[in-house]
Amino acid sequence: MLIAVISGFVFALLVPWIMAQSKSKTTIWTALLPLAIFTFFLLHLPEIQNDGSVKVSYSWVPSIGINLDFYLDGLSMLFVLLISGIGSLVFVYTSTYLKGHPFLDRFYAYLSMFMASMLGLVLSDNIYTLFIFWELTSISSFFLIGFNNDNQASRRSALTALSVTGIGGLFLLAAMVGLGHTAQVNQISEMSSLSEIIQADNLYGWIIVFLFLAAFTKSAQFPFHFWLPGAMKAPTPVSTYLHSATMVKAGIYLLARFSPVLGGHEWWNGTLITVGAITMVYAAIHALFRLDLKGILAYSTISALGILVFLIGLGTSAAFLAAAVFILVHALYKATLFLVTGIIDHETGTRDISQLGGLNKVMLPVGVAALLAAISNAGIPPSFGFVGKDLIYDATLGMGDLAWILTTLAVITNIALLFAGFLAGIKPFFGKLPERFAKLHLPGPAMYIPPLILGVLCMFFGLLPFLLESSLIQPVVSSFTETLPDIHLKLWHGFNLILLLSAVTIGAGTALYFIIKPSEKLLAMVSRFERISPESIAMLASGGFTRFSSGWTKFFQNGYLRYYLITILSFLSLLLAYRLFTGVTLYLDTSSMTAVTFYEVVVLVIMAVAILFTVFSKSRLVAVASMGVVGYSFCLIFLFYSAPDLAMTQFSIDTLTVILFVLVLYNLPKYLKLSETRDRIRDGLLSLFFGALISLLTIEVMNESVDKETSQYYAENAYVLGKGKNVVNVILVDFRGFDTMVEITVLAIAAIGVFGLLKLHLRSTEKE
Amino acid sequence: MNNPFIVLPVIFQLFVAVILMFSWNSKNLQKLISVIGSLIALLISLLLLIQVRQEGIQSMQAGGWMAPFGITFVADTFSALLVLLTAISGLAVSVFSVGSIRNARVKFGYFPILHLLIMGLSGAFLTGDIFNLYVWFEIIIISSFVLLTIGGEKAQIEGAIKYVTMNLLASVIFLTAIAILYGLTGSLNMADLSLQIAQVENRGLVNVTAILFLIGFGIKSAVFPLYFWLPASYHTPPPAISAIFGGLLTKVGVYALLRVFSLIFVPDDFLASVIAILAMLTMLTGGVGALIQNNIRKVFSYLIICHIGFMLAGLGIYSTIAIAGAIFYLVHDIIVKTNLFMVSGLIFKFKGTYSMRLLGGFYKDKPLLSLLMAVPLFSLVGIPPLSGFWGKLMLIKGAIATSNILIIAFIILGSFLTLFIIARMWAAVFWKDGAALPKKKQIKYFEELKPLKRKAMISSIAFLSLISLAIGFGAEWIMQMAIHIAENLMDPSAYIQAVLGI
Repeated sequence: MLIAVISGFVFALLVPWIMAQSKSKTTIWTALLPLAIFTFFLLHLPEIQNDGSVKVSYSWVPSIGINLDFYLDGLSMLFVLLISGIGSLVFVYTSTYLKGHPFLDRFYAYLSMFMASMLGLVLSDNIYTLFIFWELTSISSFFLIGFNNDNQASRRSALTALSVTGIGGLFLLAAMVGLGHTAQVNQISEMSSLSEIIQADNLYGWIIVFLFLAAFTKSAQFPFHFWLPGAMKAPTPVSTYLHSATMVKAGIYLLARFSPVLGGHEWWNGTLITVGAITMVYAAIHALFRLDLKGILAYSTISALGILVFLIGLGTSAAFLAAAVFILVHALYKATLFLVTGIIDHETGTRDISQLGGLNKVMLPVGVAALLAAISNAGIPPSFGFVGKDLIYDATLGMGDLAWILTTLAVITNIALLFAGFLAGIKPFFGKLPERFAKLHLPGPAMYIPPLILGVLCMFFGLLPFLLESSLIQPVVSSFTETLPDIHLKLWHGFNLILLLSAVTIGAGTALYFIIKPSEKLLAMVSRFERISPESIAMLASGGFTRFSSGWTKFFQNGYLRYYLITILSFLSLLLAYRLFTGVTLYLDTSSMTAVTFYEVVVLVIMAVAILFTVFSKSRLVAVASMGVVGYSFCLIFLFYSAPDLAMTQFSIDTLTVILFVLVLYNLPKYLKLSETRDRIRDGLLSLFFGALISLLTIEVMNESVDKETSQYYAENAYVLGKGKNVVNVILVDFRGFDTMVEITVLAIAAIGVFGLLKLHLRSTEKE
Repeated sequence: MNNPFIVLPVIFQLFVAVILMFSWNSKNLQKLISVIGSLIALLISLLLLIQVRQEGIQSMQAGGWMAPFGITFVADTFSALLVLLTAISGLAVSVFSVGSIRNARVKFGYFPILHLLIMGLSGAFLTGDIFNLYVWFEIIIISSFVLLTIGGEKAQIEGAIKYVTMNLLASVIFLTAIAILYGLTGSLNMADLSLQIAQVENRGLVNVTAILFLIGFGIKSAVFPLYFWLPASYHTPPPAISAIFGGLLTKVGVYALLRVFSLIFVPDDFLASVIAILAMLTMLTGGVGALIQNNIRKVFSYLIICHIGFMLAGLGIYSTIAIAGAIFYLVHDIIVKTNLFMVSGLIFKFKGTYSMRLLGGFYKDKPLLSLLMAVPLFSLVGIPPLSGFWGKLMLIKGAIATSNILIIAFIILGSFLTLFIIARMWAAVFWKDGAALPKKKQIKYFEELKPLKRKAMISSIAFLSLISLAIGFGAEWIMQMAIHIAENLMDPSAYIQAVLGI
């Protein structure tokens, strides 16, 4: 299984290289990979039928329990077969659809990367690898939607799709981490027995909220559905494969996979039924008014996904059975319709449904495929779709009190879906052939055979449903639920309510098809509601967020150094003050202090006066000189406390600073008053406040009794071990010599910097 | 234990810098020495990490003065790993400089200063003495200031003034904090401080001192609301310089925060919540800042801030898992941010602009190069299993374990903004058709460079991209180290034992 997954990634890397090497233009051979994978898993089918599941595990990041655990059961099998089966057909189809495209190699690379990710996703037993593959499908979808990257609409759609599914992915990560934390295991297969523990945990609510956000964004549920119609900008093989048959079902897969673990709770089922029902009805009605074939199919896909979410929400085994069958039904007919749409688009150059008609006259096999799909979509016997729809009604009717409401919703949805299917599958092929299409001819077999195969399968499984019964559907349902329903897939159940509902659906839908004629006018009428659609609201919100971003950034990063300093110092003062006044009992032990001498008072007064001069002087020179006075006063204080060497250092530095300042000032323009008085008062207050805090802190620290071990050691050993009579010198050059060496280096660097600033003038050809 | 080998990564850089100064006028010789020197430095730091992993924490007492009286150097896994990452970034930037730095700058000491900066960074990671840490910070500030100003362009000087003012303010606050700490304990040795601080009875004062350290290091790490110097300066110097800054300067602040707030000050509830709130606001500020930029270097600058928030969140949550997440993220971020600034430099060499509005067409013209550049871009986003994902995963694990949904929400917001910004950048720079740009005479375009220089630029990007991929796919390896480091930070007894022997 590892090879099945990895091969797609390896293939993705190799494809461009192989294509560059090969002389031939055909690329149909690329389909061999998905075909091989399809066969491989098909051969496992009996094993699943008998044993229920296959499990393999490869070590990857064991220290946090992330390993490549793969698990193949009925549910995975259904998806794996869909992914590789439809994948094979799409690969074949692409070889003609994009023939001669300069970036065909990249296209295949992305496509096989996607296929591999999707396989990994449905085979993962480890919650984290599940997330990893989930993200990889989003990112490959991004590259595929944006494949026509010189088109701005494509780029925008790719970005929208990635944003919506990307944020969903992040929520999935949170959900998986939460799940791993509450369950204390990372394997999904081991979680179903822990279901009660997980549901009793405080985090349960959060986990399902996160999980829903992930599933609903990926599977295009209301109100996150809007990315999917946009994603139709991608080439048709991509729409077929990712945005209808497989990737968008990842959310469904996720919900189905975790139903046994997280399901059964009223939050779980209630949400899913509500969201699913809204989505299926909303999107089905939307599909009625589209003109673009792909638009119709996009909305009917969203609606179908809604049905699946709805069914999983019902949570009964009948509903799971219906979901399992409907996944297959939908994949078959919808892929057919998409491939057919691709052919129409490719040949006629338009997808506008009001322009198309009578194409049966020029491309009959395509028309046949479309017709078969439309019949299955409509649920007309003896198609597979009929079987599927019956099961849906069966599930909704079994819901007790809610049965009638739910069934009504399902019927409405199915009527609209039938209409959409007829529009896409029948309308273009019947009626009058427009003259400009008269010269069209059938595309290459690589394009029309795949939809034909799928179309035939729609009928084949309808006529012979027992083929799937125990081999595939039974194992799928048994992955959801332990109590197996009595499964008998068949066409004819006798005359009953379900048959009546089916008849109503078909009748009403067909009638609708003859009544509503899609037109620009109708579309324009519906478009007026666009302003209150989730997409517009999302766009408004993102616009608002951009404005907020701009405001926030410009408020803080305003370009003025003084405001930056004010912010930093205010923030520091605030925190310091809070900590100082809430946590420290301020006291001053005056007894341990020496009395203040006359000289000290004099020096302090001089300092205070000098500071006032510095601040209020109108002349720059006076200000600088006053600063010097402050420095010299410090020297005096050092002297009083018998530190002549410190005093000397301070003295020389202050002298040098004053001299340098004066030299620099000489070159500057006249002293300008650049700030308002109000600003100065503000700055003064902040300085006073900050200074007071630091002073307070210093005084408090001085009250603490300190362990003098280090200074004693220096005093005792400076001469004995350091061979120096001046302790400070010995500290500087020996005890802490490393500091001194590094500080000397600082000076050297500064010297180089000054040299460069003074001497280097870049020539105009070098300024980059 | 006294193992002098552990200061070799520092001393060797000094040695290289001195040799470089002696070949002041010979530009090509300087380039050669710098690259060879960086290679040897990489080897040395690799050996150091191997030794630490095999034999445990190594320490050295400078001048043979026993701790806590002299200056102690300590190499635990955290330090050794960061020294190695510094050497890797240093090598990449050195090679990239060979291709991209104009000779005028080389003539004024570009290479010696670059190596002194790397020396300062390695010193800061290895020292076990709080005052010595301050001294290394001085080296880092002055050498980065000189690198910022070499060339003396107006924009450079403007950025440099803001840079140096705020960083000196940070140093002053840091120095004040050290003085107060010394007043409280009478010690500067970090292991000794760990023991001494625990014995101080006046916890209020300890908490106040911790605030000073938080702000001092917070400025250096570019945390909200102390980050202003970063967006003001990172987009002004040549890209090679931005690369080493973007990769390492803020990270040394994060290192200091992680070290000091586990070894010396264990955050109480208040401090932990302050850190957590700052972390969330930092993610927000960086993310929204990057969202509205057009210059790709400014986008990356703001994204640095955003991701500093991730690392800080690990400290705010304060559990082994969360700190391991922060460390994994740190490892990833050093490599990827260095690389991204080099990528921006390469893009500039092709097109002569950093503006996303003007750029375009890369994907069509240079498919292979685009693929190469996609590696750091999407690693940054954290598309699993690329390197950015693992740290985030651990952070979310840590947040879930403490039921801290708010932090998760902000991590998701920060990640989402990163995703959106990079995807949009991809669409703008790589997908969109480029506008016809006028040739600027002051730029030597990529096509005009000698083949060796072209190869130098591309190979350094490829080198770091490979390392990013290795971190992502071989996550187990880094993960083990990150968890080990986090455990040692949460329980520093091994560190103290290695330094003081008790």
